[in-house]
Amino acid sequence: MAHDLGFWTLQALNALQLSMLLFLLSIGLTVIFGLMHFVNLAHGSLYALGAYFAASLAAIGGYWMGFFLAPVAVAGVGILLYSGLIRRMRKSGPMAQVLVTFGLIFVMLDLTRIFWGDLALAIDVPTLFAGRVELLGIEYPAYRLFIIGLGLAIFAALAFVLGRTQIGAMIRAGVDNDAMASCLGINVERLFFIVFCVGCALAGLAGVVAAPLLSVTPDMGLQILIPTLIVIVIGGLGSLKGAIAGSLIYGFVQTFGAVLAPQLASVLIYALLAAVLVIKPVGLFPAKG
Amino acid sequence: MLELSGIESGYGETQVLHGLSLEAQQGRVLAILGRNGAGKSTTLKTIMGLLPLKSGKIVFEGKPIARQPYDVAKSGIAYVPETRDIFPSLTVRENLEIAAKRFGGAAPEWTMERVLDLFPRLGERMDNGGTQLSGGEQQMLAIARGLLMNPRLLILDEPTEGLAPIIVKLIHDKLQDLKAAGLPMIIVEQNFGFATSLADDVVVVGKGQAVWTGSAEEIRADEAAQHTWLGV
Ligand SMILES: Nc1ncnc2c1ncn2[C@@H]1O[C@H](COP(=O)(O)OP(=O)(O)OP(=O)(O)O)[C@@H](O)[C@H]1O
Ligand SMILES: [Mg+2]
Repeated sequence: MAHDLGFWTLQALNALQLSMLLFLLSIGLTVIFGLMHFVNLAHGSLYALGAYFAASLAAIGGYWMGFFLAPVAVAGVGILLYSGLIRRMRKSGPMAQVLVTFGLIFVMLDLTRIFWGDLALAIDVPTLFAGRVELLGIEYPAYRLFIIGLGLAIFAALAFVLGRTQIGAMIRAGVDNDAMASCLGINVERLFFIVFCVGCALAGLAGVVAAPLLSVTPDMGLQILIPTLIVIVIGGLGSLKGAIAGSLIYGFVQTFGAVLAPQLASVLIYALLAAVLVIKPVGLFPAKG
Repeated sequence: MLELSGIESGYGETQVLHGLSLEAQQGRVLAILGRNGAGKSTTLKTIMGLLPLKSGKIVFEGKPIARQPYDVAKSGIAYVPETRDIFPSLTVRENLEIAAKRFGGAAPEWTMERVLDLFPRLGERMDNGGTQLSGGEQQMLAIARGLLMNPRLLILDEPTEGLAPIIVKLIHDKLQDLKAAGLPMIIVEQNFGFATSLADDVVVVGKGQAVWTGSAEEIRADEAAQHTWLGV
């Protein structure tokens, strides 16, 4: 392995960028699961939807219009999903939830096909972040740095809200013990709705920022679902710490695995997942100890 | 102020309460006694809306009680469960604050200062994690948290379970203070002496029904009833 330091820096930044994308996706899913034991497999579809909304909005008003409005639009879809389907399924048990939200993936897949067609869409990197930046002795795409910065900023914001505010304490209480939280007069159902909408918006945001890096295709939601689930299983359900730790582990194992052991890269993360499940079945940092 | 009539409830297919009736009076303390597995905790969980009411009626302050815990809490009932249920991810302060900020209106009777006056021990532990407390401290926290909701009825499930005698004495004195201040309470207890010295009224539950109802003095004097229903 005769790679220089710059090569490894590049890989580390790539790993970090992938991690941040996964973090945006997994945080909503894991807190929704922790708070209400609700399994939403269609979370990845919201990511794809974010990318499509961004592509359409970017065509009208440029990248930033998509950046700010697409997550809101995805949250709007989340509200529809919640009131039409999820609220009715709250007490129907994990099996029914998995089946219905799995079915939803294919409904969303076909809806995106109907509205946007089967061809991959492309969206340009915003001019603000179009170039490359000198960093740690290498040149790195500014847009990827933007994703890293955005992920870290959202992590910091969520850490503040969850750790330091009244509503954050209420969410943690709900994750710990939703029945007791209700007995203290906390409207856990409304809390769940808020968390669900924020989770949808973040999934949409992940789709928006990923769109210029990948081509926007109907099945992108399905492709990201497995990595997201691996992240939350490794990290442990329901916690911010678990989501960030799981995302970093996935991002680095995936990226460095592909460089160091290309033949093994695709199984490496599953081996790690299996190891975590054997050693600590609840994941590294579950919300419930 | 709280009246249960003909309550049937349980866990899924298993019915535990078979037509239980009891009444808690304004300004008085009601003790619910009974052997292990009689259905005391099940009664409290049914009042709180944690278990579905299969049949019967629960009336609180003249109105049918809500069936969701959140609405029951809002209607003015605070619940201190058998397991205390302190939130482990929250500090002591946060455990108190999430209950406090939601109730009591402009001039709440119970404020953070007042509950810390009642349980000074908690004041020294404010930044500890909720589960870094001893059993006694957890019980104090659970009671303090309930009081911060400014309830019109306080429900306690075995407040002395697993506590050292000195802490049992302390909890007893504090509950006595609350009683003197006129707060209505329902207390489920295994500790007969503790319960009957605090309570005005007593109901004994056996096999999911009220099998004996009377005053605390009466049951203290009635050794036959104690023997039959409580095995004292
Ligand atoms: N979660 C549950 N699922 C099924 N059955 C339960 C559950 N909890 C309690 N039971 C059953 O319901 C019956 C009444 O239990 P309950 O907890 O109300 O008794 P208790 O009077 O509070 O007893 P203790 O003094 O031991 O606390 C018991 O037979 C018990 O086995
Ligand atoms: Mg009990």
